[in-house]
Amino acid sequence: MAIEKKNFSRRDFIKQTSMFAGGVVFVSLINPMKVVYATKKPEGKGKWYGIAIDIEKCIGCANCARTCKIENDVHKEPFFFRNWVEQYTITNDEEILVSSPNGGIDGFEQPVPEEDIYKTFFVPKMCNHCTKSPCTQVCPVGASFESPEGIALVDQTYCIGCGYCVQACPYGCRYIDPDKGVVDKCTLCYHRLKDGLDPACMMACPTHARIYGDLNDKESEVSLFIKEHNCAVLKQQLNTVPKLYYNALSQEVH
Amino acid sequence: MLAFAVFIGLMLGLKYFLTPDSWREYGPYRGKALTEIADKVPKYVDMETCAMCHDSIAELKNQGLHKLIQCELCHGPGYLHVEDDENNKMKIPEGSGVCIECHAKNAARPDKIIKQVDVAEHSEGEECINCHNPHEPWL
Repeated sequence: MAIEKKNFSRRDFIKQTSMFAGGVVFVSLINPMKVVYATKKPEGKGKWYGIAIDIEKCIGCANCARTCKIENDVHKEPFFFRNWVEQYTITNDEEILVSSPNGGIDGFEQPVPEEDIYKTFFVPKMCNHCTKSPCTQVCPVGASFESPEGIALVDQTYCIGCGYCVQACPYGCRYIDPDKGVVDKCTLCYHRLKDGLDPACMMACPTHARIYGDLNDKESEVSLFIKEHNCAVLKQQLNTVPKLYYNALSQEVH
Repeated sequence: MLAFAVFIGLMLGLKYFLTPDSWREYGPYRGKALTEIADKVPKYVDMETCAMCHDSIAELKNQGLHKLIQCELCHGPGYLHVEDDENNKMKIPEGSGVCIECHAKNAARPDKIIKQVDVAEHSEGEECINCHNPHEPWL
């Protein structure tokens, strides 16, 4: 049977395509596309946790990484971390050298002699607990989620260990636990927060370079810190809206 | 048509039985996971708990430059020691390893924030603790 050919004039084509385009515009006007949020920022009393790190105060002792590993039973080896410290060294030849031996736990040494250094500083890194977290959006089974307080968590009994979120996180903050075969990440010590204790890394910082608290409360320590200092977030261009703010962050850090 | 209806019914039944109770309690995840994560026992108790028994040494430390440093940073997590102090002794750090974690000379360390020494040159093999008391540091 031959295919029946319809006489489709140019006028019909223009009519139908413009009708379709007009329909799309009309629908998008009455129902505009909404931004994907993993969880909604609570209005009123609910807590909305944020973190601030003062790079000017960080001495690179890596006690944050050390205590985190002990508190959360993170494997000592292979080298998985929930938080770690990086040493940035910018030489006089404008070369950027980044080192993080065992996440900083083994101690830092400058890779070049002191007279060749233009600028050097430590950057502690951890989960940014993003407002529009890409890691929770990609989870195929609903094991990665954000708690109502804005903390990105993993339901380890539900996780299938596909590793999609490990790839989705632009900050490299997730890893697959080699024993359990499921994803593990920073929980901002959720178990400690519920007991009224500070997260292990915040407690361990000897210079009080790490601050956390409720961003909803404008009088909290972290809110005041962000207000009074010139803070920046990592990889702003990715529109993940991180809740980890760095004071005195250099542009070289990414 | 009948097969289709049976299939849909079967799937709805499966969905009903396989979805956990607390699903969508707060969002598209198992609400009970939150309490499960929160149930973990904290290992680091805080300085106030240490000071309940070791009050004199805590007071001494809190007057000095090391006041921001938690006891457990050098002595290890104290959750077992709090429960049973006879069998679970706290760690007493040996050597100078704990001191040089912070005080070893490094250009990236801000001078204003922390006093640093070139370890080999400064101590000449001596342990820090022979001259300095970590609970009452002097320069």
